[in-house]
Order: sequence, then structure tokens, then C-alpha cells
Amino acid sequence: MAEEDLEDLQPSGLRSFWTGTITFGLVTVPVALYAATRPRGIALKMIAPDESPVQRRYVCSKDGELLDADDIVRGYEIEKGKFVVVSDDELEAVEPRKSREIDLRLFVDRDDIDPMYYDKAYFLVPGGGTNKAYRLLAEVMEKKNQAGIATFVMRAKEYLVAIIAENGILRAETLRFEDEVRKPGDVGLPEPAKVPPADVKKFEAQIARHAKKLDLHELIDDYSERLEKLVAQKEKKKEDIVRAPEESSDEDEGGGAEVVDLLAVLSRSLGGTTAGRKPAKRAASKKKAPAAAKRKPAKKTAAKRKTPAKKRA
Amino acid sequence: MAARAIWKGVIKIGTLSVPVKLYSAVQDRKVHFRLLHKTDHEPVKQQLVAADTGDAVEYAQVRKAYPITRGRLVMLEGEELEKLQPADSRDVEISRFVDPGEIDHRWYERAYYLGPDGNVKAYFAAVAALEHKQKEGVARWVMRDKSYVGALRADRGYLMLITLRHADEIIAADALKAPGGRALEARELQMAEQLLAALHGKFEPSQFRDEYRDRVLELVETKAAGRKPKVVAFRPKKQKEDQLADALEASLSGIKRKARG
Repeated sequence: MAEEDLEDLQPSGLRSFWTGTITFGLVTVPVALYAATRPRGIALKMIAPDESPVQRRYVCSKDGELLDADDIVRGYEIEKGKFVVVSDDELEAVEPRKSREIDLRLFVDRDDIDPMYYDKAYFLVPGGGTNKAYRLLAEVMEKKNQAGIATFVMRAKEYLVAIIAENGILRAETLRFEDEVRKPGDVGLPEPAKVPPADVKKFEAQIARHAKKLDLHELIDDYSERLEKLVAQKEKKKEDIVRAPEESSDEDEGGGAEVVDLLAVLSRSLGGTTAGRKPAKRAASKKKAPAAAKRKPAKKTAAKRKTPAKKRA
Repeated sequence: MAARAIWKGVIKIGTLSVPVKLYSAVQDRKVHFRLLHKTDHEPVKQQLVAADTGDAVEYAQVRKAYPITRGRLVMLEGEELEKLQPADSRDVEISRFVDPGEIDHRWYERAYYLGPDGNVKAYFAAVAALEHKQKEGVARWVMRDKSYVGALRADRGYLMLITLRHADEIIAADALKAPGGRALEARELQMAEQLLAALHGKFEPSQFRDEYRDRVLELVETKAAGRKPKVVAFRPKKQKEDQLADALEASLSGIKRKARG
């Protein structure tokens, strides 16, 4: 039986997750929320013995009927096998205001937030009309190195969120609630023991010896790299290549075979363009991502220079 | 009650070793719903089906393929994929130590506490050294056939390991262009800064509770008792561009009034 998540049924991050308003004081900032991270790794296709594509779908556990997102509702199990069905409208009406508004009543120094609280990051783009209030909020928060804190409701869950500005762009970074973060005592870690200073010194010496700057190359997904290498070898030798029939709709993006990268979607929503704006084929865009990330530490502004901004009226 | 360790490993810092147990430092407290079929309210389950016919396919029969171009795939055998997996190991290798803040929090994914597994002295010596040196280690390890990169930190007197996202998962902050427009007015900027200062405070996680969770459970009880829940819609106000300065001014005087009263 499937538990949540309806997220499984939604396009993966290329559509806006939530639209609403950020408020601070009496100022309102209409925004739309997009994923700020790409899915991990390479999504391999599943293929049936007859070489036709295989999909993961939801089916009714009773009659096996294939279901689309529209055929599925949320239920809360009150006793075994007995469910109370709740609709999206009802879930939103539980906290109507928090479902549509991120009300920033507190601004904190960014360094105040313990990194273990951060969960997921989303980009916020101006949600229609004027973007002046958006730019104003971004500019002052960035200048003061502060984050706005609020709680809001998205997809039947309340989130604690930090609104952060970087390079003039607002992000919503969800934070864990305090009761979702364990303390050392909750885990049952032992009381700190006294250690001879000589032992500490030994560790300090090793730390000093290996102190270096961060190298983002260390964050390369080496499994995906090995996989791509294997694929390239097999492609060159024309080994095990099959032609798959065109899929009528791509289950991930719902946009047919022409897949647009998240970056391009975001750029367009922010009112600019990037080199990646042209729809790219799936394989090409997947391959490009790690390479671009590898180059990033060296040429930080390359992407920027290539992209003349479309002026907003 | 003590939590159960989910993994055991050995941290390698240069020539030194610290045997550790790994515990999840975060837990999800979300209300769990089941997905149900709309018409008969039966739970749904996931199934693999052939895309063209909709027929069920057994997992054991499914092969994996990498899409190279549209409609062209390279088939990958289970054996080939297995060979790509990292070699099994208990070592958590620390490759370097960096200054705090060098690893942007956007890389952080999930936090784990490390507890000593035997050598308690080495464990607390490592904690003390990380605290004195004010450094964070970059760690690499393999857990359940997957390789991880993480940040090793001292946290409230204990070791913490936070897994990091991969390079291509994060969209660089400078890859996007900020929305543009006419320059902001100095007066508006000044008022916005004042507003921020008036609303400035300390971040206290304990001040925020997931109240929605309780309300959803109330909703479920209401419906279970056969009562109709109230449905209220909320319409946020819309503000025009020329009202921005007025809104800032009104916010500031509102805060001042509150402070006085």
C-alpha cells in the first residue's frame, strides 16, 4: 500500500510548487515557488523483456485499475482499513491564511540558524504584476545578511521557513521544527569523557596538516560519472543499443520529449534568459549538468556573461 | 530511550582512527496520509506496468537502460551496474578540514550524530580538537552500497556528520539573473531597512510549532464523527507598485504605535 507522497505524482520540480504572498509589515510580495535542487543521480529507464518502456504507476489495490493523479485522494487511517478522506480544499481551509501567505514577522541574522535545521531549498520568483517589492525585500535582506522567518502551509504540511536573499534572488529554505531535531541526549550519547591534552594535540596536528580550502570537485557524483563512462563505451562499440518507441508523454515532466532544464525554467520565470533556454533533449541536459558543475569553481561568471538580460518593462 | 545506531564505521583522520556509531539526528513528524482510489476509497499501491499496454510487469524482469538520445537507449545489465557500485568499506575518510561557513548550508542534506563505538577517549579527543581548531572535515564513506560526502563537525560536545548534496544537484546562486526593473528609491530602501530592524530578533526554534498538524488531526476527527468541516477561503491583498511606499510607511508607524502602547 502506498503512503504519501502525492509528490510522486507531480512533475519533478519544473512547475511551481506553491504560489502565494510574502508579507512583511503591510508590504506584500506575490511569489511562486520552484525547486532549487535537481533530482539526484541519473534516472535510468526501465525496460520490459520485449524492450518496451516500463512505468511506475499507482493502481487500486482492490481491482488493479490504473490510476492517474486525478483518480487519487488522501485518506487518514482512523482504524485499520478505515479511512477519512480529506480533500485539498479542506486541507487548505484548515489554515487558509498560512496556505497562501508567508508572513515574515521576524528577521534573524543568518548565522543564527544552526545548519542542521535546513531541509530543502526553493527559489522564489516574482508572482506577476510588479516585482518592486520583491527586489526591495531581497536587497535589504541581503545587505543586512538577514533571513525572514515564518511558518506556512504547502501540500498539507506546515513548514518553518527561512526566506533568504542571494544575488538579488529570494529563496525559501525550509527548516525542521525543533521536535524534528534530536538532541544528543535523545539519541543516548554518553556523557563527555575527560581526555588527556596530549590526545587532543594529536588530533589537532592532523587537522592542521589537512587544512585546505573546499574543493567542489569532491562533491562530484562519481557513481553517475562511472555510469556515463560505461554508457559512452557501449555506445561507441554500438553494444546493446535499442530503439525505444516514442513515449507519448514523459512521466517526469509532462512536456513530451522536449525537456527543459530547471535552470531554464527558473531563468524565464525570473524574467531573463540563459544559454540553456532552448529546449534541450533529456540525455543532453542530463549529461551537461555534472560537467557544468565541475567547471563552476573556476569560471564563476561564465554563465552570467553569456546571458544578455531581457529588460523588463 | 536510546536510539538504535543505523551504521557503524571508523573515522580516519590522517593516521588516527575513531570508531563510531551513526544515529539519525532528525526525524520526520509529518501527518501521514494514505493515497486512496477516489471512487472506492481503497488504498492504492505502486506497480510496474508496460507503458504501451498497461499490463503489469514483474520487477525481476525489468531491465535498466540509459537514454542517449530521444528513442535510443543503451541497455545495462544488472552485473554491469553492480560493478559500478563503490567498494564496501567501514572507513569514513576525512580528506580535508575547512573553515566553518565554507560549505554553504545549501549543500547540507541530512544530519547524523556520531557516538563512540568503543574508543571513547579518541572520540572526545577528536571533538575537542575540532572545537579548538574551529574546523569542519570533508568526509567520504560508503554506506549500503552508496557513496556519500559529508561534513564532519563538532556539535554541542559531540561529533556530527551531515551528508552533502552532489555538485549537480545545486543550482549555483550566480547561474540565475535577478529580476530587473527601475532602480529602487532610496526612501523605500531606508524604510524597508527600518522595518527589518524593527522586526529583528533572535532565532529560537522552540518558538515555532507545527500547529497545522494538530488542526489536520482535528479535521479528521470532525469528519470521522460525521460533522462537516468549515471551509473558509483566504484572499490575499494585492498591492500596486505605487502603494509600496505607503505600505512601508504604514507598517513603520504601526510598529511605533505598538511599541509606545
